[in-house]
Amino acid sequence: MIVIALLQAATGSTRLGEPNRIAMGFFFAFIAVTLGITYWAARRTRTTEEFYAAGRTVTAGQNGFALAGDYMSAASFLGIAGLVSTTGFDGLIYSTGWLVGWPVVLFLIAEPLRNLGRYTFADVVAARLRQTPVRIAAALGTLATVLLYLIAQMVGAGGLIRLMFGIPYEQAVIVVGIAMLAYVLFGGMIATTWVQIVKAGLLLGGALLLALMVLWRFDMNPAALFAAAAARYGDAVLAPGRLVSNPLDAISLGMALMFGTAGLPHILMRFYTVPDARAARKSVFYATGLIGFFYLMTFVLGFGAMVLVGPETIRGVDPGGNMAAPLLAEMLGGTPLLGFIAAVAFATILAVVAGLTLSGAAALSHDLWVNVVRHAHADAKEQLRVARVATILLGVGAILLGITFKGQNVAFMVSLAFAIAASANFPALVLSIFWRRCTTAGAVASMVVGTAVTLALIWLSPTIQVDVLGRTDAWFPLKNPALITIPLSFAVGIVVSLVSAEGARSDTAILDRQMLLGSRPAREG
Amino acid sequence: MEDSHEEVRVLARARWRIAILLTAIMVAMYFGFIALIAFDKPLLATPIVPGLTVGILLGVLVIVVSWLLTWIYVRWANTHYDARLEALRR
Repeated sequence: MIVIALLQAATGSTRLGEPNRIAMGFFFAFIAVTLGITYWAARRTRTTEEFYAAGRTVTAGQNGFALAGDYMSAASFLGIAGLVSTTGFDGLIYSTGWLVGWPVVLFLIAEPLRNLGRYTFADVVAARLRQTPVRIAAALGTLATVLLYLIAQMVGAGGLIRLMFGIPYEQAVIVVGIAMLAYVLFGGMIATTWVQIVKAGLLLGGALLLALMVLWRFDMNPAALFAAAAARYGDAVLAPGRLVSNPLDAISLGMALMFGTAGLPHILMRFYTVPDARAARKSVFYATGLIGFFYLMTFVLGFGAMVLVGPETIRGVDPGGNMAAPLLAEMLGGTPLLGFIAAVAFATILAVVAGLTLSGAAALSHDLWVNVVRHAHADAKEQLRVARVATILLGVGAILLGITFKGQNVAFMVSLAFAIAASANFPALVLSIFWRRCTTAGAVASMVVGTAVTLALIWLSPTIQVDVLGRTDAWFPLKNPALITIPLSFAVGIVVSLVSAEGARSDTAILDRQMLLGSRPAREG
Repeated sequence: MEDSHEEVRVLARARWRIAILLTAIMVAMYFGFIALIAFDKPLLATPIVPGLTVGILLGVLVIVVSWLLTWIYVRWANTHYDARLEALRR
């Protein structure tokens, strides 16, 4: 209650942060619809193939929306709108950065992944190599990525829901955790896919509605909006400013975003839900279009919030600027639109968290339990049971981590998750797909070194030393280590492979063929 | 079997070349944009029409061209690549 009073004192008129009946209504409608979907999906989820891969029946168009839903997190909607509204052009650097990984996913990863694997990206790395060491190393990279991303989303969720609905932080985290657990546990990938599709539709629809309402005030001309921003806050808002002061920092962040997208386990897992490589390929084209369209709208939303709400008001509500889009909604459409956009932001977080949990559960159960502990000798019933136990572990873990990290600065964890995905998962995936001399030792060394050095350099970087621990300087100069760790991880993989050459394999021709043509029937294991 | 394996390798190389070429274009475009942000801020601040600077236009273009590149690849794969895959399957 004190928080709400302070918010009102700071902002004067906003109803943000009050328990908002309309927001609650939209929110419960979303929960009701998605739980209905989960009930429907639960009756179709009897095998591991249905639990992890929706029975491979998702169409290219549906998967395009689901990929967009999995990828567009609250960071992209609220974070970029906030960044643009308070810094102008500098925020747009993120709008482009978050998109450019998708063509790389399409050109290098999507089709071989679909043809060689079954549930996780470790299936692909392990296809030509020895199962046990590769799967342990790949699970390490997957779980590191998933846990960091989960913490960032859960802490973000708790904070946002408190700001938007006035619900206490811990309750908000528990509500998110339980709803997400219900989707994944009972509905598996079928429910998760449809939650992503509903969420992507809501997010794109909500952003489009806001963007059109902003443009309506500027004769539907974006340039007029940008000119109004420049007239009020100076020409500097339309040009690069302080955010990218160090070119190496900018390039390093760009590398993490571009190649990290191609190493995110929850994104890669989606390619197994479609029937074949052709559908996987088309789904990336749809997803890139949807996500690109969304980021183009962030240009309008960000500058719209700058001109119509004002950077001072936005910073007054939340110093990070995250409330720019909800405040813009309230300014344009009053409490009803605020309620709708708040519920959309909530749905966004919930869906991303569900996708992350499912991919983490697949690494624990499919990679570690079934293939490492049981050496691929687990029957179908056991596989499904272990997958559900792993889901509960991750869901409870996410709730506990969310509560543990309350009030901590976790913004860096998303970029750290991208850095690990880019340095641990992506190089091993590319080497194992495209380079036939890649060996088990090479792939494992690449993944382990990629994960370990990324974690170490982030710890020594200004991101932790200055921003979190409050020291004056850091040993490692870059905020994001990808510039060092991606080439290092490739180099380690190549050098170790050359040193540890394995004998020629008898099934090379079969695997080459499978990489292009896919396999049917699928091998068990 | 040997002939078929040779065809698989030829087709794999063809896809690899396209994939590398398009990835290289993508990398050059995006890091070119980042390099301009880092090294030529005045150019990006130049207005084209009131409200629209070179920087904003290039930002929009990076997104649109990325999507066009995925379209080019999907076009190539759906028409040329899939036909050759189909021939290999038979």
